[in-house]
Amino acid sequence: MNQEQRGNRQKNIRNFSIIAHIDHGKSTLADRILEQTKALTSREMKAQLLDSMDLERERGITIKLNAVQLKYQAKNGEEYTFHLIDTPGHVDFTYEVSRSLAACEGAILVVDAAQGIEAQTLANVYLALDNDLEILPVINKIDLPAADPERVRQEVEDVIGLDASEAVLASAKAGIGIEDILEQIVEKVPAPTGDPDAPLKALIFDSLYDPYRGVVAYIRIVEGRVKPGDKVRMMATGKEFEVNEIGVFTPKATAQDELTVGDVGYLTAAIKNVSDTRVGDTITSAVKPTEEALPGYRKLNPMVYCGLYPIDTAKYVDLRDALEKLELNDSALQYEPETSQALGFGFRCGFLGLLHMEIIQERIEREFNIDLITTAPSVIYDVYLTDGEHVKVDNPSAMPDAQSVNHVEEPYVKATIMVPNDYVGPVMELSQSKRGNFIDMEYMDESRVNVVYEIPLAEIVYDFFDQLKSSTKGYASFDYELIGYRESKLVKMDILLNSEKVDALSFIVHNDFAYERGKLIVEKLKKLIPRQQFEVPVQATIGNKVVARSSIKAIRKNVLAKCYGGDISRKRKLLEKQKAGKKRMKMVGSVEVPQEAFMAVLQMDEDEK
Amino acid sequence: MTSAVYIHIPFCHHICHYCDFNKVFMKNQPVDTYLDMLIKEMQSVHKSNEPMKSIFVGGGTPTALNAAQLEKLCEGIQSVFNITDSTEYTFEANPGDLSKDKISVLKSHGVNRLSFGVQSFNDRLLEKIGRNHRSEDVYRSLTQAQDEGFENISIDLIYALPEQTLSDFEDTVDRALELELPHYSGYSLIVEPKTVFYNLMRKGRLPLPGEDTEAAMYDSLMNKMAAKGLEQYEISNFSKTGYESIHNLTYWENESYYGFGAGAHGYVNGVRYSNIGPVSKYIQSLEEEKLPVFHRSEVTLNEKMEEEMFLGLRKTNGVSLQVFEKKFGINMKNIFEEPLKEMINKNLLEEKNGHVRLTKEGRFLGNEVFQSFLGLK
Repeated sequence: MNQEQRGNRQKNIRNFSIIAHIDHGKSTLADRILEQTKALTSREMKAQLLDSMDLERERGITIKLNAVQLKYQAKNGEEYTFHLIDTPGHVDFTYEVSRSLAACEGAILVVDAAQGIEAQTLANVYLALDNDLEILPVINKIDLPAADPERVRQEVEDVIGLDASEAVLASAKAGIGIEDILEQIVEKVPAPTGDPDAPLKALIFDSLYDPYRGVVAYIRIVEGRVKPGDKVRMMATGKEFEVNEIGVFTPKATAQDELTVGDVGYLTAAIKNVSDTRVGDTITSAVKPTEEALPGYRKLNPMVYCGLYPIDTAKYVDLRDALEKLELNDSALQYEPETSQALGFGFRCGFLGLLHMEIIQERIEREFNIDLITTAPSVIYDVYLTDGEHVKVDNPSAMPDAQSVNHVEEPYVKATIMVPNDYVGPVMELSQSKRGNFIDMEYMDESRVNVVYEIPLAEIVYDFFDQLKSSTKGYASFDYELIGYRESKLVKMDILLNSEKVDALSFIVHNDFAYERGKLIVEKLKKLIPRQQFEVPVQATIGNKVVARSSIKAIRKNVLAKCYGGDISRKRKLLEKQKAGKKRMKMVGSVEVPQEAFMAVLQMDEDEK
Repeated sequence: MTSAVYIHIPFCHHICHYCDFNKVFMKNQPVDTYLDMLIKEMQSVHKSNEPMKSIFVGGGTPTALNAAQLEKLCEGIQSVFNITDSTEYTFEANPGDLSKDKISVLKSHGVNRLSFGVQSFNDRLLEKIGRNHRSEDVYRSLTQAQDEGFENISIDLIYALPEQTLSDFEDTVDRALELELPHYSGYSLIVEPKTVFYNLMRKGRLPLPGEDTEAAMYDSLMNKMAAKGLEQYEISNFSKTGYESIHNLTYWENESYYGFGAGAHGYVNGVRYSNIGPVSKYIQSLEEEKLPVFHRSEVTLNEKMEEEMFLGLRKTNGVSLQVFEKKFGINMKNIFEEPLKEMINKNLLEEKNGHVRLTKEGRFLGNEVFQSFLGLK
């Protein structure tokens, strides 16, 4: 390609993402765009193609990002190259979203014509605005009976301050409005700017591990060019590699000779570990490096920690292998070996948030077939000891003795809750009960309110989201960001089963709530742990003080006293089922404890109080 | 050589709320054709003239058949099997359905044992569980049967029914024992899928008594039976000496038996099989000269040994070490070393007179013991 060809090509490139709340139709819209641009023959078309993992499709969320190149013949007669960059739709992955948005010049904002704007959408719109993206509002699902496009249009203007007069009214499901959206992309989203002859600057916005090619980095070229054989450098880690292959996704990976300004595609370079291609890092030339990396890079730090233990202790090595494999694809996942008296050998793992944690846990159980015990998630506490030392504690059982602790600090988040004004009361009540400090309340329009609280992250992790949903009948949406550490009166609560302390059940709790939570967890454990052959006392203690106690009665009867005719196979199946249920329990001392019990501290909902 | 027979009559006038056996409402069913095909199935499978040890006709409701249909069935059975005086020949009977003429048909064809599905003497509970008989029907039917010369009579009782209290059940047991019968069965309610109870339970509208009450009911049942001199020979079965059900023991002793009729289960030549359940499909298969077997599975040696344990341990006598070795050529204590040790340690099993058997405590927790013998590798 010569300079002129590059220039012509560059002016017809359009890079964009889709921003939407879960269920507002992002995946369906992406599918329609792929269809309309003939990226796929109908035979290749699989519903919701961008969400490629099973787990993603089941949960209706996108975990891994994808970038697809599409060709669009516009009404003005010219052909355009579109890059559609998919973004994850959950607060755990805010940083990844911000990086994939940074790879774009525009974003389609999809808002449900019945439900309007949600907090999560708003958070992502702000991310897009931070990245100077052109935002194209699309009001989706206009064919629903409850649709009120005009109200939603007004809301987009009032709440976000965008000009929504030209917002496309669409139904991705029914195929309405798709062409208008594509035309607006051509007209409104700016072409990439940047000098193809400058030193290479490419943004990594995702990466995944491919067993045959090593790490595949998803990149956006901001300046310069890259081709196979080039020596490149990762600016954050300083590591250097020789490029094997570059290409674009159409959506199949298709090798190219060169990627240049505005191109969105992939790069492989025999890279062994995804942590060498960190999201947000800049790839430059090792021979003629750029002076300044792209802005916005930061190393991802886990916010939530929990212990993962194989139920079958013989599967420890399998679990380690599984974590190694998952880590190849997930630079945010951290783990290190840990030992619990109750659970044996396992790993303390760090996650971006609860969803991230659940996803990893499910993938290990499903893809690697390892039954897991997951301990209740914990945040990282800053513990200041009386001798002036400072330690970080991510495992409640590792909390130093109260006598040696001067004070403890815990992470706080700024939580933004968007809710219809009828539910402001319950939201405030809930936030107060979660030790929240009221910061601000703002009417978005006549009926919707944005409530801002500062709340300890531990309370968010505990059960805030579930309670928020139930106390607002699902109408609230919610987003949070970490704002720093603050001192709190925290104590460690231990749980004793059959008079033996179970380290994996210890948790940290605010002093003012200790008594109440101790009672709740004891009752919850009583429900979750099946009756054993002997009575099992359950106690919650702080230091040596018992704050709550109960007991699990001994099993009285478990024998099939039913007339089964001659159906012996059925009898066998029933026994096998009971036995399999037992196998999924962990022997703690002489007590058989089911998986769920280790998460009991998270499952103490309102109706049990 | 298979000398025990189970014959299934899948028709009912009423369907009980707890029943998950293969059954249909009798109305508009091809009952006579079914009986013809049932007899055809028996004829084509059993060719021997050896005397039978046990024949058991169950359901569904065998006594839902009218006298003529019963006659046809009994004649068919007689034409296929060599029934002698020592053959235990049982019909399951529903107190509401049994009339004098039906009883005399059974008696005249060599039936020598009746098993009544009484379930409870509490009329309110009977109504709640969907039975259409009432306690007075029990007394009437029993008298009629005894007048016809039936002496080997058993009744079934169910405990842990919804809303049943311990004293309700104790009253039922007392009234059952007043009848001075030679055999009683006491089953606990298991709520199974595809029953009225299951659906109620899922909606949270089935007030079951709970594990503690259920255990107390079982304990009371055993005590009352013992006080009356009835021996508990199996987890759910009690009898006067010499009246143990030969048919029931066939199952627990892990011996072979035929299963005839729609949805019946059998165990012949080391193969467990089940018949086609739907009546029309069952009939169709036999009309096309095909055996109506739906599923067959060969029992491996390991499975046989496991079954020897989890079935045999249901008997009060337990499993004989000697018989085990004779059947399998393997010492039980070697192959099941671990579970035996564990269960004896937990005081759920004991060894006595060359048998391994459940302790009294083990009887309450039988499933804990039975499972431990599964998973032989």
